[in-house]
Amino acid sequence: MEKETHSRRSFLNKLWLVLGGVAFAEIIAVLFTFFKPRKTEPTAADEAAIITAGPVDNFEPGTVSAFVAGKFYLARLEDGGFLAMSRRCTHLSCTVPWVSAENKFICPCHSSEFDIRGEVANPPAPRALDLYPINIRNNILTVNTGKLRKRSVFAPDQVTYPKKS
Amino acid sequence: MNILQRIRLSVFPDKQETNQHKHGRRKTFNSFLLHFRPRSVPERTLRFSLTWGLGGMAAVLLFLLFGSGLLLKFAYEASPGKAYESIVYLNNQVPFGRLLRNVHHWSANALMFVVFLHCLRVFYTSAFAAPRQFNWIIGLTLFSAVVLSNFTGYLLPWDQLAYWAITISTSMLDYIPGVGTALKEWVLAGSEPGSKTLVNFYAIHTAILPVMLLFFLPFHFWRIRKARGLIIPRSPGEDPSVKGEMIDTMPHLIMREVSLAVVVIAVILLTSMFFNAPLEDIANPGLSPNPTKAPWYFMGIQEMLMHFHPVFALLVIPGLLLFGLLSIPYINYEANTTGIWFCSNKGRKMALIAVVFATLTTVGAVLFDEFVVIANQAGPSNMLSNGLLPFSVVLAVCIGFYVSIKRTFSATNNEAIQALFTLLITSFVVLTVIGVWFRGTGMQLMWGA
Repeated sequence: MEKETHSRRSFLNKLWLVLGGVAFAEIIAVLFTFFKPRKTEPTAADEAAIITAGPVDNFEPGTVSAFVAGKFYLARLEDGGFLAMSRRCTHLSCTVPWVSAENKFICPCHSSEFDIRGEVANPPAPRALDLYPINIRNNILTVNTGKLRKRSVFAPDQVTYPKKS
Repeated sequence: MNILQRIRLSVFPDKQETNQHKHGRRKTFNSFLLHFRPRSVPERTLRFSLTWGLGGMAAVLLFLLFGSGLLLKFAYEASPGKAYESIVYLNNQVPFGRLLRNVHHWSANALMFVVFLHCLRVFYTSAFAAPRQFNWIIGLTLFSAVVLSNFTGYLLPWDQLAYWAITISTSMLDYIPGVGTALKEWVLAGSEPGSKTLVNFYAIHTAILPVMLLFFLPFHFWRIRKARGLIIPRSPGEDPSVKGEMIDTMPHLIMREVSLAVVVIAVILLTSMFFNAPLEDIANPGLSPNPTKAPWYFMGIQEMLMHFHPVFALLVIPGLLLFGLLSIPYINYEANTTGIWFCSNKGRKMALIAVVFATLTTVGAVLFDEFVVIANQAGPSNMLSNGLLPFSVVLAVCIGFYVSIKRTFSATNNEAIQALFTLLITSFVVLTVIGVWFRGTGMQLMWGA
């Protein structure tokens, strides 16, 4: 009989331990979901994410225009193609200004440099500037700022060309 | 007995014995103080050149910070629209508001510096050896709480300095493989600093970290009592078991501590009267100031980022250094050097060589990297030529230094490890100095202002 009491007690002790473990796990899960960051920025599906940049002909080849509201740069390459690039440096997220005198993006934080295509011209940046998708319809150019695309280097297929009219 | 006497008696029961009220009150006060202290301490531990009063200074600064911080809580509003305004209002409209903010600012900066020196003092007197091993770990915990407090407090004014320092520091997390980006978004509560970040940092700064400090600080003190007080300072060759004369804690230790506290408070108040805490323009996410620098205590790491691929500058190297710091008290040492500054005369000489060597090589390496390697490199930073290669060179130099200095001086591992530690600390200090004073516009190296 004594043995049985003993095993019952140890069973109950273990049960308490397991229940305590479950309660602990629940609290962790609650804290986890409580602190989980919730999306506040517009996503691809939102109307707000689509920024209308304007008619294609507004942008001269070889120039870069800043869009403050959308937090991106619209670059028109010499061959007439477009790239929409995030203004955040891929190194440590500083805002990179376009220095037209040098024809480069130069980061004030750690002196990374990017050319007009967003390609790294000078380290420490590890990747080319991030891209946003561009859509050209009826010669009006729009940029979807809800869809950030990361890339390591520049490739020709990243460029969007307007239809020849 | 009238009512006043009865009340007084209930507060100071000791007084009942005699009519000497003053004597009784002092006794109660003393026995209260002695809750934290032994009744007597070895006379030699009172020597200023043992502790330089650094631990005491840190404690005083911490209490200045608690006091001023508590008052600042009544003036500050934690939202991006209002934070900056509330600071400007505090500065310009509230009587003593600017002084209060200055006290908090300068105490926080002084605390960073003092705890760093305190850590060095403990290391160079071998005060981490048994039975104080775990107190070194508690000390490192307190140190990180102080760093995090400074860091989280940095964002709160929501000016340009705050915004960009936090942007840079948190973007460093991005480079932790796998979980980095998620971790960053947790800390910032979004993908870039915003109102939720401010709320997070405010809660961490004013609740979590103070509670942590209030828990670990008494723990730190209690472990000193458990280890029977401070280490006994001695000169090389002196017998460690000789304790020397004992002396009453009150007044000898307490009076010294009180005078130190008064001096620290006076220095902070004077500094706060003549030097204002910086406040730049309100945060503007569209414009990074040029140059953008992290807080000064992170400039060593920012300088490393100029030279190493981020995975090495932020993960590999700090990870190894942290591991080294944690393992310092648990290494098997050949000699007992507790209480001797720099282990021995030989150790002192070796540490000095390490300082000179580290200063020259670090400056040389920074210049070489800046003007030879980076100047000729086009294209992005990559893991091999900007990471593994320079890291291997640095590692080889460290190992080579350790082996050759140990052999040249036929030193104990106490002395050799001390020399290696000195080498690393000196390099870090040199990198910090370069970052703070020798980086100008565009983070270019420059000479003079």
